[in-house]
Amino acid sequence: MSTETLEQEKVAQIAEPAEPLFSAKRKRYVTDPLDDDNPVTVQVLGICSALAVTSQMAPTMVMAIAVTVVVVFSNVIISLLRNLIPSSIRIIAQLGIVATIVAVVDLVLKAYMFDVSKSLSVFVGLIITNCIVMGRLEAFAMGNKPWDSALDGLGSGLGYSWVILAIAFFRELFGSGKLFGFTIIPESAYTAGYENFGIMVTPVGAFMVVGIIIWLQRTRNGYVEEH
Amino acid sequence: MDLLALAIKSMFIENMIFAFFLGMCSYLAVSKKVKTAIGLGAAVVFVLAITVPLNWTLDHFILQEGALSWLGDDFATIDLGFLRFIMFIATIAAMVQLVEMAVEKFSPALYGALGIFLPLIAVNCSILGGSLFMVTREYTFSEALVFGPSAGIGWMIAIVCLAAVRERMKYSNVPAGLRGLGITMIVTGLMGMAFMAFMGIKVEGGKKGEESTKVESKETKPAKAEENTVSLR
Repeated sequence: MSTETLEQEKVAQIAEPAEPLFSAKRKRYVTDPLDDDNPVTVQVLGICSALAVTSQMAPTMVMAIAVTVVVVFSNVIISLLRNLIPSSIRIIAQLGIVATIVAVVDLVLKAYMFDVSKSLSVFVGLIITNCIVMGRLEAFAMGNKPWDSALDGLGSGLGYSWVILAIAFFRELFGSGKLFGFTIIPESAYTAGYENFGIMVTPVGAFMVVGIIIWLQRTRNGYVEEH
Repeated sequence: MDLLALAIKSMFIENMIFAFFLGMCSYLAVSKKVKTAIGLGAAVVFVLAITVPLNWTLDHFILQEGALSWLGDDFATIDLGFLRFIMFIATIAAMVQLVEMAVEKFSPALYGALGIFLPLIAVNCSILGGSLFMVTREYTFSEALVFGPSAGIGWMIAIVCLAAVRERMKYSNVPAGLRGLGITMIVTGLMGMAFMAFMGIKVEGGKKGEESTKVESKETKPAKAEENTVSLR
């Protein structure tokens, strides 16, 4: 990991000696996707997995990290190869690279976190077709330098991460009264008549929570989508 | 009979959209008109029906542990499972391309209807998801043959219904921040609630569905049953 970043830094320095490593423009690559240009709530990408894994915090956390890693690395690799890939077969080339990285992530999860990998089941594999990954490759990595692409991937990954963690927070808290598997709602609340919302752990709860998060965020930012 | 039960289960009970959230991106993006929704839905059914059995064949004769034994005893212990993702996605991308070319050549009318949607499908999660579910649920070949198209039909039902709802929604006054994606999500949630009623159906040969792959805790199952009855009223 650290050698990788060093290499990226080197590449960036050689390519653009004039521009500082963290210029204002580059900071925006990371901060924009967090709010104004969020991949999930504004660009409507990567919804599939955003909903599927979010009934509990722990697997969601792993998924968020996995997706961020995949976006950053595939962005960097595609960016390094961007002048070598003929545009007619770029989709297959991108899919091949992403699938390879996802296979590595999947094997790492299986080796070190077998339980989590079991509970995520097919959704690790489905990172391949996560629209965020493909979207960033097409829209950014094919036309930008590796270090910029790494930052862009990191920004999109983090933007995705906070949204799915927020969804998981509400779903686990209200659905089963727990966070990361620890009980949060005290026993006395249950004896006083409080009950878990069974609907929050079902897919329906996921759709509702996402809808409401999108509503709140768009109301705050004043973003309105026309029919 | 077993296969019919599987077909009904993958169409309604384990619906790709409402139970597993697969193919949401194109589901949200291409559901503004019923006509285009039908086109995309048909393309998904078509591609799933081809790729799931094809990937089953690849999985059983190349990828699984011991699957290469037809090459000779030396190959009997090889497990190529780690190549599964790459192999499946390559198959899907290649099949989509082939199907597109074949349809263009032999049925220009169908190509006119499906044409623009076919390339979109290579990155539709429900296609890869169908193949991966086929592996984790250990379907036989005939089951895979049935599972592919019926999962696709379930997806098609979902997108066509949503498109119909969205067409009507043009005439209603939705709060500004909720317009577009927000209200679509909530509508999908309400439709999902209706589809949860199908969970009450008992189907024969449910052995494989029992080991549910969803990330849900077990203690919530009774609560879910209660929700079903509520949504039915």
